[in-house]
Amino acid sequence: MNTVWAARAIKGLAFVLAALVFSPAADAAGEVNLYSYRQPFLMKPLLKAFNKQTGIKVNVVYAKKGLLERIKAEGRNSPADLVLSADIGRLNDLVAAGLVQPVKSEVLDANIPPQYRHKDGLWFGLTTRARVVYAHKDRVKAGELASYEDIAKPHFKSRLCTRSGKHPYNVTLLASIIAAKGEKAAEDWARGVKANLARKPQGNDRAQVKAIYQGECDVSLGNTYYMGKMATNDKKPEQKKWAAAVRVVFPNQNGRGAHVNASGAALTKSSKNRNNAVKLLEFLSGPFAQKIYAEQNFEYPVRDGVAFHPLVESWGRFKADTVNLLEVTKHRTTATKIMDRVRFDH
Amino acid sequence: MSNATTALNGTSRFPAFRIRLNVWTAGTVLAALMMAIPTIAVLIMAVTPADNIWSHLAATVLPDYIITTLLLMTGVGTGTFLIGTGTAWLVTMCRFPGRRLFEWALLLPMAIPAYVIAYVYTDLLEYAGPIQEGLRALFGWTVKSQYWFPEIRSLGGAACMMTLVFYPYVYLLSRAAFLEQSVCVLEVSRTLGRNPWKSFFLVALPLARPAIVIGLTLVLMETLNDFGTVDYFAVATFSAGIFDVWLNMNNVAGAAQLASVLLIFVLVLIGLERRARRGQRFHHTTTKYRALPGYPLRGKWSVLATTACLAPVLFGFLVPAAVLGNYALGHYAATLEADYLAFTLNSFGLSALAALLAVAIGTFMAYGLRLKGGAVLKTMTRFASLGYAVPGAVLAIGVIIPTAWLDNSVDAFMRDTFGISSGLLLSGSIFAVTIGYVVRFLAVSFGTMEASLGKITPNMDGAARTLGKGPAAILLKVHLPLMRSSILTAGILVFVDCMKELPMTVILRPFNFHTLATFVHEYASDELLAESSLAALTIVAAGILPVILLSRTITHSRPGQGRNVARTRPAP
Repeated sequence: MNTVWAARAIKGLAFVLAALVFSPAADAAGEVNLYSYRQPFLMKPLLKAFNKQTGIKVNVVYAKKGLLERIKAEGRNSPADLVLSADIGRLNDLVAAGLVQPVKSEVLDANIPPQYRHKDGLWFGLTTRARVVYAHKDRVKAGELASYEDIAKPHFKSRLCTRSGKHPYNVTLLASIIAAKGEKAAEDWARGVKANLARKPQGNDRAQVKAIYQGECDVSLGNTYYMGKMATNDKKPEQKKWAAAVRVVFPNQNGRGAHVNASGAALTKSSKNRNNAVKLLEFLSGPFAQKIYAEQNFEYPVRDGVAFHPLVESWGRFKADTVNLLEVTKHRTTATKIMDRVRFDH
Repeated sequence: MSNATTALNGTSRFPAFRIRLNVWTAGTVLAALMMAIPTIAVLIMAVTPADNIWSHLAATVLPDYIITTLLLMTGVGTGTFLIGTGTAWLVTMCRFPGRRLFEWALLLPMAIPAYVIAYVYTDLLEYAGPIQEGLRALFGWTVKSQYWFPEIRSLGGAACMMTLVFYPYVYLLSRAAFLEQSVCVLEVSRTLGRNPWKSFFLVALPLARPAIVIGLTLVLMETLNDFGTVDYFAVATFSAGIFDVWLNMNNVAGAAQLASVLLIFVLVLIGLERRARRGQRFHHTTTKYRALPGYPLRGKWSVLATTACLAPVLFGFLVPAAVLGNYALGHYAATLEADYLAFTLNSFGLSALAALLAVAIGTFMAYGLRLKGGAVLKTMTRFASLGYAVPGAVLAIGVIIPTAWLDNSVDAFMRDTFGISSGLLLSGSIFAVTIGYVVRFLAVSFGTMEASLGKITPNMDGAARTLGKGPAAILLKVHLPLMRSSILTAGILVFVDCMKELPMTVILRPFNFHTLATFVHEYASDELLAESSLAALTIVAAGILPVILLSRTITHSRPGQGRNVARTRPAP
């Protein structure tokens, strides 16, 4: 090989690497380090606002998997202060693995109702959302459908679309049915839903609404905030049409209520920036951040007294399943196995 | 090859008396062990106590995972073999319009990440895509049930997508092998009455078999470790099962067990192939090289050849690149707003560093293996390059555990001895990401270098040894010059693979760190592929230049080609 060329390439590479290693130092107000299972798009506006208000620099690693294992391996030297998660199950895994520590804060206790935080302060819920049924406005008559149980009935044969049965949202929904009615009834339900599918489970929650709009099916399962995201999507106006084709049905309003899951955060045992981490937790549960969650992400704020987004409000208030989320989380493995037994995705 | 070398050293005759430390052997063992650590970590995870998942899986979905995976492997394996060797033979041995262009253009799809091509074709071919919409408008159909259209999100769709972007591995390696074949061998075959087709099947293809097998092995390992594409297409392969057990059943040990089964499967597959070709070694015994004959193709044959070469380039590169380019025109601002330059720098820097290391280690191991041979060393080096078959996210955990253990051990020592904490040195740094890349893509560099060394007859080593040169001098003065093009091939393959790498980067990266691939994925997974299309195009563009360079080098690599055509080199 040409040695001059090679030497130049190596010099260039050394320069690039030097730039990569010696990144600028932290701000004077200190920093806080996050490992986030939650998507960057949902967190960025909030973290920016926190930085602006406090001057504390927020560093993040976003990953959908592997963060628990990383904290575990890094041990006492782990740089992570807080872990953010889209569902309580993941936070509970951290608790079970002994990787988090309790937080005592009057602000947090005042901001977050007791059902949305761990009794010892090992994790804190920040927002909630319901897993609801989206139904076509015309093809599904009012009163045709009122519960999760209804969509498993033969009446909806070949009329149902959903994402993978193995997605955490569907697994947790099934776990909530196990908690309410037992494993046998839950398996029958999953089998009924599977029998009603118009197509093999695929895509995300939005893709199902799109399929309803296109006439592939009439009903689907989805999280509430997706409806808000579609209905107000100026960048992709076609999504407004999808959203306009369906209405939100909160299931089981005459019974246990709609299944609700919470996003939240936990403080790691190894946290080096504990004060800043607690500040961030307090900020995220405070009125300002809760308003951003409600307005930009269409989630339900956990804090009382924060207004919903008008669109979210327009779907009406609903009755939520009051079962303890930790109780639901316990049934996740069973729920996953049921999905295998009924061959939901196959 | 190893037999010949060891016989020369005399080791096979006096094994007991030659226990002196050999730098090459020791170095190879050490390198193989280090590279194997993450894979071993996965195996260790697999034997930690956990809920038994097997009875449940075996009774429910395990057969589906296995069948789906085997079908996908068969589809991708057949597709890449046909396209890869077929086009390689055409551009190497035949003359038809566009041949010189196709020589390098056939490599282009390699630059497109599998998950990106999956996103692009789904956008095009799904029910709401422009193609079906156009058909409906044309024929006046209104609903789905009125016509049949292939479902892109399916096993077949996944096999097509992977074939389109993976076949260049087979093309690249088989073309290099065809180029290195002496025409004399083919001429002898023709003189003995074989037509060109028979010469291809009976002489050229078997001679190129070791190289083709390495290409196919890489393709199949990529197919096995892929999660992004199969997840997007809702195809339940083995890796889907691995992530299900890991994340939904919170059972990382169970996931590691499944991954270990995958590893054993790959080992068995490689072992079977080696057994089938046992005893056959393909050194080039003649040193007579002349310009390749170039069968001129005429009429319908030349049209067929052009079409056969155009199709993979069109569907594997031009269409997706055009779609991305079209998106980029409308949305480049969104990419530029983000820290585009920094991501690009990160991608280039890390990929180049990993490529350098992977080629250096791969060459060292391949040469160490050639010098000493033996079943133990062979098994160790093969095992060390198995990281490629493990799904990236699982292998990332295999990297995290030992690096964090090392960091924490150093830290504990520093605290005990000097009262200061050194914290994490490797974990969560770009070095951890680099280690991950090298471990993952060592199979590519080691395989390429091993194949290349295998083609050099041991007589060369013998002659050089007789002339008083040591192993290091032989490598530097004899082998490396002969392997120039393979070194470049290995380096570029690893570089392009690193540019596309996603799951390991995501898990191993430092705070606030992005590469082009993580940036693209972040947007694309939120259905905003258009907004990140400039970054996706950059990944593609970054692959194009080295790919062209590579193609030129390979063309010129043919002994006697380029400078003195028709020159006959003197026998050594």
